[in-house]
Amino acid sequence: MSLSPAQLDRIAYRRRQTVISVLIAAASTLVVGVLLAVGLTGAPGWDRVRESFFDLSVARDALPDVAAGLWLNVRLLVFCALGALALGLLIALLRTLRGPVFFPVRALATGYTYTFRGLPLIIVLYVLTLGVPGLRLEGMPSVLVLGGIALVITYAGYLAEVFRAGIESVHPSQLAAARSLGLTYRQTMRHVVLPQAVRRVAPPLLNDTVALQKDVGLVSLAGPIDAVRAAQISTAETFNYTPYIVAGVLFVLLAMPLIAVTDWVTLRAARRQS
Amino acid sequence: MILSVQGVRKVFGSHRVLDGLDLSVDEHQVVALIGASGSGKSTLLRCVNLLEDIDDGMIWLDGEHITDPRVNPDKVRQRIGIVFQSYNLFPHMTVLENITLAPVRVHRRSAKEAADAAREWLTRVGLAEKADAYPDRLSGGQQQRVAIVRALINSPRLLLLDEVTSALDPELVGEVLSMIRDLKGEGMTMVLATHEMGFARQVADTVCFLDGGKVLEQGPPEQVFGDPSEPRTRQFLSRIIEAGRL
Repeated sequence: MSLSPAQLDRIAYRRRQTVISVLIAAASTLVVGVLLAVGLTGAPGWDRVRESFFDLSVARDALPDVAAGLWLNVRLLVFCALGALALGLLIALLRTLRGPVFFPVRALATGYTYTFRGLPLIIVLYVLTLGVPGLRLEGMPSVLVLGGIALVITYAGYLAEVFRAGIESVHPSQLAAARSLGLTYRQTMRHVVLPQAVRRVAPPLLNDTVALQKDVGLVSLAGPIDAVRAAQISTAETFNYTPYIVAGVLFVLLAMPLIAVTDWVTLRAARRQS
Repeated sequence: MILSVQGVRKVFGSHRVLDGLDLSVDEHQVVALIGASGSGKSTLLRCVNLLEDIDDGMIWLDGEHITDPRVNPDKVRQRIGIVFQSYNLFPHMTVLENITLAPVRVHRRSAKEAADAAREWLTRVGLAEKADAYPDRLSGGQQQRVAIVRALINSPRLLLLDEVTSALDPELVGEVLSMIRDLKGEGMTMVLATHEMGFARQVADTVCFLDGGKVLEQGPPEQVFGDPSEPRTRQFLSRIIEAGRL
């Protein structure tokens, strides 16, 4: 099939435009990169900053301890994320219950989301890890477990609201269709509303999980040594801040897969809706 | 008599959508509800299916008073099928899953038995190859036919059709209407709210003109369309003719 001169002209014009924009992008990237490098290395204190933050030998020495600490972060993250998702979903479901019988449950669930979204995580952590062991009860779990519980109950407050937003975003006509088939309220929730709700809020849920990944390190306030705390210990030994940079890099590397999954899920959700 | 609606009233805010409406439907009868937008056709169907609470009156299904607050609405809905204007298929389920959800979860049939019955229905309505497709891959007419099958597979005593062709492109209306015509041939009892006057004329045994929250005029289609006795009916029909819909 032969193309008309007008179409051939359009194709040639677009091709020229593409080449021009690639050249402009390359040039501007180069300029910005050079400016940043010159600005940073040309700063009067650059040599001292490089010694105290980017010392390769210090980084090598600190890496094993920081990595061991990071392993604690990873384990905590997995348990806390699963726990918070389960608890958050439960609370969101309790908030949707209708009828006077469920008033106390609904009120408790609402109170929960108000309280734990308002309460700073650090205070919950201190109360659970320092206050609760003070009760000297039999079979008291370790500080690590108590810290994990603090993270779960705090994050469940946020996740519950995300789930609830998802549940409320499912159109009433879907409920009408399900109920008209004779499904009970519970069956409607389980088979029609929740599957759609969870799919819709998967991106914000994963986003909160990325945030949780950084906050799990706060359990170190109560004693357990996570990556940031390990870096702090190394820093105190060497009077060099490089271990913090090591921990920071490891955190970013750890977050990358999760962030990539979040982006992919978001993209897929956007495509499905179009 | 399968359905008897007696003096039903439904109020939204200060607006009386249904104001003492009476209607009865016999077995194997097809009743068409016509009337202006907002005349209460959809509301009436939603009330019969107990999706809306009524504010006065009674509705009886097969001799049972179903608007008695002690009646379990889930049990009532299992005996009534309803199809909506906007199809309302479940977007996260395939066509087959949409159809088999109620048979498996509500009527406790085995998954295999339900799937076999669903495939048989899909073959009958010419959608066999769509069984594993998701609703967003189907045309509006195909989605609406799936929605009708989803309602029919539970063998309802009564099928309610709420303007089932209003959201469809003109060239897709025919396939849905011919399916309803087939159902009439099989003796399905139906109440349909519709703007398709030509179709109501063909398929209905009784046409009811709703106005002011009541059935203002009812009778065989030839009489209601050909020689309406109420001025309001004549006025409504003349507007429809002006719009080229009859």
